[in-house]
Parts: sequence; C-alpha cells; structure tokens
Amino acid sequence: MRTCDLVVIGGGSAGMAAAIAAREKGVKDILILERGEETGGILLQCIHNGFGLHTFGEELSGPSYAERFSDQVRSLGIAVETNALVLHLDTDRTLSYVSPRSGFVTLQARCVILAMGCRERPRGAIGIPGARPAGVWTAGAAQRYVNLDGFLPGRRVFILGSGDIGLIMARRMTLEGAKVLGVAELMPYSNGLSRNLKQCLEDFQIPLYLSHTVTDIQGRERVSAVTISQVDENRRPIPGSEKTFAVDTLLLSVGLLPENTLSEEAGIELHPRTRGPVVDEFLQATIPGVFACGNVLHVHDLVDFVTAEGKEAGEAAARFLDAGLPAGPHASVEAGEGISYCLPQRIHTQALPDSLTLSFRVLSPQRNVTLAVEKDGKCIKTLRRRVMLPAEMERLTLQREDLTGLQESLRLRIMDFSQNGRLEEG
Amino acid sequence: MYDILIIGAGICGAFLARDLSRYELRVALADRADDIACGATMANSAIIHSGHDPKPGTLKARFNLEGSRMYEGICRELGTAFRRCGAFVAAASPEEEGVLKDLLARAQGRGIPAQILGREEALLREPHLADSVRSVLDLPTTAIITPWEVAIALTEEAVLNGTDLLLGRNVTAIRREKDGFVVSAQRRDGSLETLRSRFLVDAAGVYADRIYAMAAGYSPFSITPKKGEYFVIDKEKNPLVSRVIYPTPSEKGKGVLAVPTIHGNLLIGPNSDPTPDREDLGTTAAGLAYVREKISKTVRDIPFHKVIRSFAGLRSSGSTQDFIVEEARDVPGLFLAAAIESPGLTSAPAISRYIVEELIGSHISLRPRKEYRKRQPPLVFDALSPAEKNELIRKDPAYGHMVCRCEQITEGEVLEAIRRPAGARTIKGVKKRCRPGMGRCQGGFCEPLVAEILCRETGVSLPELFYMDSQDETIKKGGENHENL
Repeated sequence: MRTCDLVVIGGGSAGMAAAIAAREKGVKDILILERGEETGGILLQCIHNGFGLHTFGEELSGPSYAERFSDQVRSLGIAVETNALVLHLDTDRTLSYVSPRSGFVTLQARCVILAMGCRERPRGAIGIPGARPAGVWTAGAAQRYVNLDGFLPGRRVFILGSGDIGLIMARRMTLEGAKVLGVAELMPYSNGLSRNLKQCLEDFQIPLYLSHTVTDIQGRERVSAVTISQVDENRRPIPGSEKTFAVDTLLLSVGLLPENTLSEEAGIELHPRTRGPVVDEFLQATIPGVFACGNVLHVHDLVDFVTAEGKEAGEAAARFLDAGLPAGPHASVEAGEGISYCLPQRIHTQALPDSLTLSFRVLSPQRNVTLAVEKDGKCIKTLRRRVMLPAEMERLTLQREDLTGLQESLRLRIMDFSQNGRLEEG
Repeated sequence: MYDILIIGAGICGAFLARDLSRYELRVALADRADDIACGATMANSAIIHSGHDPKPGTLKARFNLEGSRMYEGICRELGTAFRRCGAFVAAASPEEEGVLKDLLARAQGRGIPAQILGREEALLREPHLADSVRSVLDLPTTAIITPWEVAIALTEEAVLNGTDLLLGRNVTAIRREKDGFVVSAQRRDGSLETLRSRFLVDAAGVYADRIYAMAAGYSPFSITPKKGEYFVIDKEKNPLVSRVIYPTPSEKGKGVLAVPTIHGNLLIGPNSDPTPDREDLGTTAAGLAYVREKISKTVRDIPFHKVIRSFAGLRSSGSTQDFIVEEARDVPGLFLAAAIESPGLTSAPAISRYIVEELIGSHISLRPRKEYRKRQPPLVFDALSPAEKNELIRKDPAYGHMVCRCEQITEGEVLEAIRRPAGARTIKGVKKRCRPGMGRCQGGFCEPLVAEILCRETGVSLPELFYMDSQDETIKKGGENHENL
C-alpha cells in the first residue's frame, strides 16, 4: 500500500494553511486531496471582498485570498491532487480516494488533517412546508450559479436566514439586476456579521424581518410567492402575522453543517454542538494523528481564523510526526452558562502549553457582561466584554500560569447570565 | 397506427409497456410529464406488501398477493434492487391485539408466512419499538424496492423492444372511430399531435377518470386524490429499524409507517388527506405534525433532527374503494388500470399481467417477439471492487470524477443516465436514475455539476435546461425570469 506522512483532506483555506505550516516545520511527504478542479474551496465562488484583513491587512476577494495560498503551496512543492474525493477513512488512518488521474487509490497515512469544510443546511432539514416547485436554492448554490456559471437563477427573490452567505447573496442578486424583497430571520437578531448587515442590506434598502420565518411556499412549477410569519419567543409562527411576497426564487441561508461523514465513519467522536470532531489543544481528534481545522471543526465567521487554525493544525501534525505529542490524562473544557461551545474540548494536564487560545461562541447577543474562566470549579479569571454576538467567533487566550494545576475541567461561562442580558435591538 | 397506446408512464404503465413489448405489437407509452414515474410512483412508501391487509374479495387483495409473489423475480431479471426486509404490524392496545389476531388469520388463509410475537421477542429484533407496543404481527415476506428505478428499468426494456416512449404529451381529447381511437395530445411547445391506436390503456393515475371521460363523454367513477406526506431521514451508521413497522391498520388505512429504504434512509409517513387539487404536492405543517405524532406510537427515538427532506404524494383513490381493472363497459377497446392506490405498487405487475393476458389477449393474438432484448442494468461505481474501479477509470476517466459526494456518484454514471434508452433530460431525471441530489446536501453541491453535464451532453444552454420532469417545471425558463449574465 502506498504510504504518506501527511494527507490533508481538503484544499480550501484550512487545508492549504495546514499543509504550508507542516512543510515549513519540515514535513516533506505531504499530499493535499482536493475534490474541486483547483485549490481554494468555497473561496473561489466568494468574489466579494473583505477577506484577509487580519492575515494580510488588506481586503481581498475570495479568489485572491485563495490564490496567495495556492501559490505558496505550489512554490513549496507540496503535492496536490485535484478532482480527488476521499471516500473512506479508517481508524488506522488508511484512506481511499478516487480521481480521474489516479483512479481508486488506497493509502496509509501516518498523519491526517481533516479540512473538508462544511455544507449548507437544505430546505428539508428545516422543514418549511408548502409546495415544492423549482426556484428554491441554498444561497451557496445560487452563488455558484451567479459567480461561476454566469447565470442568474431568479428575478424576484426572498431570502430566509440572515447568515453571511444569505446577506452576501442579497447584495449580489441586487447588483445583477434581481429585486430582493426581503430577508427573514427566525431569531430576534441577525446571524450575520454587522458589516454585512450594513453593506449588503441597509445600503440597498433591503428589509430585514427579525423573528420571522417562511411558513408557506406557493407555486406549481416555479415558486410564485412565499409567505412569512412572525414567530413568538418559542419560535412558533403567530397566526395572523402572515405577509406574502410575490417572488420566483427563495434562497436559504439557514445554517452550515461541518462535513464530517468521513470522520464519523472513522469512529471519530463528534461534538453535539459544533458537529465537528472533539479536539485537544493540538486540534487532534479522538484518533491520535488525526487533526481537524477550519469549518469541518466548527463553522467560522472569518477566513482569517480558518487560516490561523489550519496553521496550528499543520504545526501540530509536524510535531506529531517528529517528536510526538504529549499524551496522558486530560481535563475537559466546558461551555457554561451563555456559551454555545468552546474549543478545544480537552487539554492534556501533564504537559500544559505555554499559552492556550479558546475559541467560543455565545448563545445569544450579550452586552456589558463578564466572562468567567473556572479551573476545577474555581474562578481564575474574569473579563469584561462590551458586546458579544452569536454570529461572531470569540477568542480568549490563557497563559501557562492560568492553567497550572489543572486537573479536571476548565469552564467558560457568562456571569449572571439571564434573559435580561440579551442585547435589545437598536 | 399503434396496436396499443398506454396513457400514463407510472409503475402500471411501465409494467404494461414492458409486458406488451414481449409480443409482436406496436406499442406506445405516453405521459404528459417529461419523464417516467413522476406521479405516485415517485412518492410512495416503496413497500412490496405481503398481502395481509386488503379486504377479502377485493381486486386489491387478489393483485396484491399475486404481485408480491412476482416482484423478486422481476427485480432479479431487471437488475433492480429488491430487499426482503420483513415487517412488523405493531399493536398498542388490547383492541389492536385483537385486530392482529384477525390479520394473522387472514394472512394464514392467504398462505402468507406470519406469526405473532410478544413485546420482548419483538424488541430483540427491533429495539426501537415504542414503549406502548404490546405485541406485533411478524410478516417476513414484506419487501422494499426503489419504485421509480423499477418503472425506469421496465420502460428501458420496453423501449429496447420497440415501444415508442412519448413524453411531454398531455392528452386533451379522445375520439373513438371504427377501427380504434384518435387521441389528441398537446406537446410542450403547444402544438397538437394526433395519435392513433386500436386499443387504449388508461393508466393515468389521478387523471384516470378524466381520460375515461374523454373517451366516453362521462366517467362512471371519480378519482379524489389522497395526499400522503413523508419525512426522509439521513442515512445512519446504525439504522433505527431494519424492517417496515406498520401500526395496526384502522378504517382510515395502513397508518403512519417507518420504512427503511434500499439506500439506507428512513421514510416516516404517510398521513392521508383527501385533496381536490390533483397537482397539490405541497407538504403542510399540520400533515407533517400528524406524521410525527402518529409514528411515536410505534417507533421511538426517531432522529427528526436528521430529516433531509419532506415530500408529498397523491394516492389515486377511486370512488369505488377498489382498483378498477377491466375493459370499459361502454368503451370497447379501452382498458382500465384506474384507482390504483395502495397497494398499487405491489399489485402493478399482476394488474399488468391480467390486462395483457386476459383482457387484451382476448381481443388479439399475442405472438411473442422473436428477439427479445434484455436490459443491461447501469453500472454502479460504488459496487465495484478497487481493481474494477481502477480498470474502469483507466478506460474512462469520467468514472474517476465524483460529482455527488453524499451518494458518491461519478460523472461516468451521470453520463450513462443521460445516454441510456429513455435517458434523463432533466436534473431530476438524473437524480432518479443515479441518485445525485438524493443525499444529505440535497443537491447543494452537485446540482450545478449535473446541470453542466446535462447541458454539455444534450446540447442545451443552462437557461433552456429543465429542472423537473413535469410539464413546464423549470428552474430556468429562457426569457423573463432567467437569463445568462
């Protein structure tokens, strides 16, 4: 069987950053397996700008951002196989993939980095009742049609979900001559970045209907109208609040799901909240030598953080291949009151790192709150935060002295978390 | 001039076309949709019922029993999937246990293997039965298929043996003349086509009464569709149930079922709501809520967070409460396969055999075709060994290009689905034949790729490509709504 020191599954922003970092740390035998025709992943269809402010200090388009990494992968001589889809991954890190060039290949990897990204939640997953005509797409599929295929899928559009792709597509469809009649969001707050709300909706006077959802789709062959209803605090539609919009297209931006079919098959433990692998401080999954980074681990808001996480995973993989990584008992990292999830989920206690960055999201918008870090049940640190939004990934760095003596658990929570802590609109 | 024109390319029409194509006859299979199997055949429970349920003395009982005994051989011959997964009918009260005993006696009287199992024994085989289940009727001969796969396979074989497949023909008028029928059909472009045939078969599903009325001026029966709504649940590493779970049947029908599918998904449904609208395939909040509530009486732990799709189908329920399979009394030469509601899928091969051999055979002599061509099943990449996969990709690199990652479908398979006899012309047509879009992303990733391949293969541009199979159902009509940028 063919062998490889490091196989990176996915040549998007996470996978490329991981491979580059591993190469820079001395790993020679690296193979990136990319299902698309070229590296870059979903960035290739994100032709709007705003990428790279943290990484490069400038605003790039998605393809330009990707190109910088693709160029680096090429100049470092990292092997990439495109049009290659990984079909199986086993617990012992053997994997098989298929491509037109190599056929069906089975290989044994010493180390695997999972960087498969995520997929969009489809209509069926959210159970919108109504007719099932053509004209309902996920925002990402519509983005592909518009940006890569040069094809406008509709003229009058309604969008369900205020995730970033939905907001971006509201602007994109408008710029291409479609009329976007509105965006409905189930929650009382938007799930997109503030800058996208401003630049994609407000600037184009596209109304945002908070606490609303689509309750009916009409149309026999093609969508002819959608009906939205206001929802109560339990997210149940309120009868009598219906509004109907005559549109030919409904785009869905109702959440992203980490693409972990392979991980599941390999027996890697997934976290119920992130739906990504449970990882330690090296981003190592529950199978030693398998690492995860980017949207396959948890859905990110900014590509810069994906890149940073990829770099971490690549460096950890290099260390795994070279000197090995600490093993032994670990403490769990828990998401307490007000916290949706917190990464990594476990930390080895016998070889504490010099510093540890926690990535987390809050459950609901928070204003002027105190974050508390508890070590084995005792509060060791509090931090004030002015605003925290579920749409934005938060990061918090702990130093070695914060962690010293850690045995059982590290817990992150919002002090005095209550419904009152919610950010009121406006 | 055809000998026989079949109106309706659902499962009954497809069996009829295939069975008739065995003989030296000129046969046409027409449908108003742009593909085969667009009505109830596309949206049903996909079960080959053992035949325990229909009331004695009905055509449903007769054809169900016959059909269920025919299917395994038919699927083997066609190269389509068939799995005898078995079924439980679950009883949740002493009254229902009484009904189970009656069903057991009925099944035994019909020679159907059946036994009653107590709760403990049933749980050993199906650990997710609901707490309220007291005992079950075990029906080991119940099976599952993929209904549209069978209809497409049958049609392919019919086409290979000379049947004309006339899709996109909406029958608007039928006139009876001395030597047969003159049928007017409207094509998609609005033009009218005249088809002539000695005999007609009405297998038009929810429109069967209208077709009859076109030929006779009135219809002695009427069809009132009954809508059934379903959830499709994602594949799981450990499937929740391994066999069909029925509740104890009531006057209202077989009830809400849990059905494993051939490809490892789980179907939950259907409800049963009469609807006057023969095109209404919309799901409803109330209908889906009913399905969720009812299934909890027989199966627990259903992962509703893993629903990937919900859909609705229409049963062609007739005013006579039974199938109508006969030569129309006042229109000689018109044969009816009408009101084929459940167990219609199971009964279809027996209905077709009866119509061909008994009804049509009594009018004309059936001379077997000299050279009957058998269908070759399409290649399924996933089913090959690694060595076979490599050999195939070396010969044709399109098999190395994965188009659909959820269901692992290659470009080679998509191309074959388009190029085969009665091949796909729409995105949905490809989906029905080789499954891209059936998986958990529901086409989010693969639909644009399939669209691109279809355009390339069939020589149409993206705005001209049709998404679905029914008339005028397009993602992209050229003109006002959609355009190239």
